Amino acid sequence: MTSNYRSWPMILALGVVTIPLVLMYVYLFVDTVTNTAPGSVVPHEFTGEHWRFLWETLPGRPSIYVATLNTFVFATATTLIVLAISSTAGYAISRLNVPFRAFFLAGVMVLHAFPTVTLIIAIFLILQFIGLYNTLIGVILVKAALELPFGIWIMKGFYDTVPWEIEMAGIQDGASRLTVWRKLVLPQVMPAVMALGIFSFLAGWSEFILPLVLAPDNKVQVLSVYLAALIADDNNFDMALFKSVGVFYVVPVIIMFLFFQGKLMSIYGGGTKG
Amino acid sequence: MRILLEKFTKSFGSLTVIDEMDLEIDDGEMVALLGPSGCGKSTTLFAICGIHRVSGGRILFGDRDVSSVPSQQRNVGVVFQSYALYPHLTVAQNIGFPLMIRKESNADIARKVDEIAELVHIGNLLERRPAQLSGGQQQRVALARALVRKPDVLLLDEPLANLDAKLRLEMRSEIRRIQRETGITAVLVTHDQVEAMSMCDRIAIMNEGRIVQIAEPMEMYDNPASDFVAGFLGNPPIAFVDGVVTNGRFATASGAMTVSLPFNAGERERKIRLGIRPEFFRPGGTQPVAGKITFVEAQGRETLYDVALEDGQILRSIQTATNAATVGEKVNWGIDVERILMFDEDGARL
Repeated sequence: MTSNYRSWPMILALGVVTIPLVLMYVYLFVDTVTNTAPGSVVPHEFTGEHWRFLWETLPGRPSIYVATLNTFVFATATTLIVLAISSTAGYAISRLNVPFRAFFLAGVMVLHAFPTVTLIIAIFLILQFIGLYNTLIGVILVKAALELPFGIWIMKGFYDTVPWEIEMAGIQDGASRLTVWRKLVLPQVMPAVMALGIFSFLAGWSEFILPLVLAPDNKVQVLSVYLAALIADDNNFDMALFKSVGVFYVVPVIIMFLFFQGKLMSIYGGGTKG
Repeated sequence: MRILLEKFTKSFGSLTVIDEMDLEIDDGEMVALLGPSGCGKSTTLFAICGIHRVSGGRILFGDRDVSSVPSQQRNVGVVFQSYALYPHLTVAQNIGFPLMIRKESNADIARKVDEIAELVHIGNLLERRPAQLSGGQQQRVALARALVRKPDVLLLDEPLANLDAKLRLEMRSEIRRIQRETGITAVLVTHDQVEAMSMCDRIAIMNEGRIVQIAEPMEMYDNPASDFVAGFLGNPPIAFVDGVVTNGRFATASGAMTVSLPFNAGERERKIRLGIRPEFFRPGGTQPVAGKITFVEAQGRETLYDVALEDGQILRSIQTATNAATVGEKVNWGIDVERILMFDEDGARL
């Protein structure tokens, strides 16, 4: 490839600007397996002790595996609810002659832009009242509900690109409306479903404020809350341990992203072709 | 299966698109609904297949009233203009879809798909996906899918509109062949008079939600009921000349053209409109008319001329491509007066 400008000045400039970020990532990893004397920047010994949370439960904390399982259940359940409701609601809003359609569309838009934090006290009171405070189910329902506007909106956009004739042809071929949706329309928007699923899972995996307020108990704690509690604890301040848990927390996300990055891109590409 | 539309009415909100239309299509017949955009031909088609609910009147298949039967239970095969193939399924799965919905056994489906694929000549394409097919092949798949469950009626909505000229010619005769071989009752919606004339047993020509005339193609060409029908059928189109007739003598307002007509409306002057098809205005025609050639279109075997009369009205002439008349040349060609079509002021045939 030839270019009409020299590329090394650009690369140098970008390199200089990026160095702080790169250093942070490097030290995030290096610090988890080494010890560094105070005041020095060069580590003086290797150690595995910062990863001790993997084989012993830290005092006053839940087991890391309980927290990981909770996070996984939380993210997966949220994703399933979001997918189930978005894929049907999006279709209804895109195709069916539902009453108050315009109102729903506008409402979904407003909800999408609504800042979650403003609702949190009301949600807390409601969960407390119906007995779902400090349960995974409660926080899953809340998170799914808040993710839904985005999901419905995205799915509606994808359904809009499916040709009307395909559905009419399905009806003529004798299929019921539900069969048409399941066998003919849904496969056309599969890329959107995949992408939305991954997005929801990542959003659930990284969610912090909702579990912190609505499910802080050790039994139902998720990784983000577990992690935050580590630095909130002034008596046992351990920066290297915090970084190790952080790396442990982020690895599944990176693996997932490597697997699915192509699918993730398609959510902004729109629709499928043949 | 005979199709009968009785006082079929369709309105969208307060707008009545089709008002009390009657149409009977015989068993095994292929009828074209022909008309300009917005004349209600597609609306009629969608009412027959059940996508649109009828607002009034009845639709019968045979003796069965299907007016309020949902699409799924009407047993109508439809070929859409865009073919509407299912992009995620193979050709075989596309064709087999209606059978799969009926929960027929896999062996039955495979056998029937093979049979119908043989009929429409796509036996070697069954494992492909629609995106890997040409337009003509997609069309054949759409036909096969519409026919595979032996529908009572086959509906074709502008089936050739998306094909290039050569394929269109080929598919025209293919669709007709398949319709004849299966003996299915078929309705073709088109705005192309050539398609309608070449493919169908009868043509129902529509305008503004009404059937203006229904007849066999040549009958309609020779004896159009109105100037609208005459203007719609024929390519190149018929030329109209307005004027008055007195004592069997026709003259345009400026006197640029006068001919005697085999028609006597009496002494009184009467406004009429003549329709002259291009093939009946030529050198050696019975009644000469003077004009100047304003346009020449060589079509290979034939040449089309536009001839302007002195007052600017245009006659068209189509001739075997031997006469080398050029633009600007003054000519004195003749009209075959016994083939002239005459219409009154409102456009009705005299």
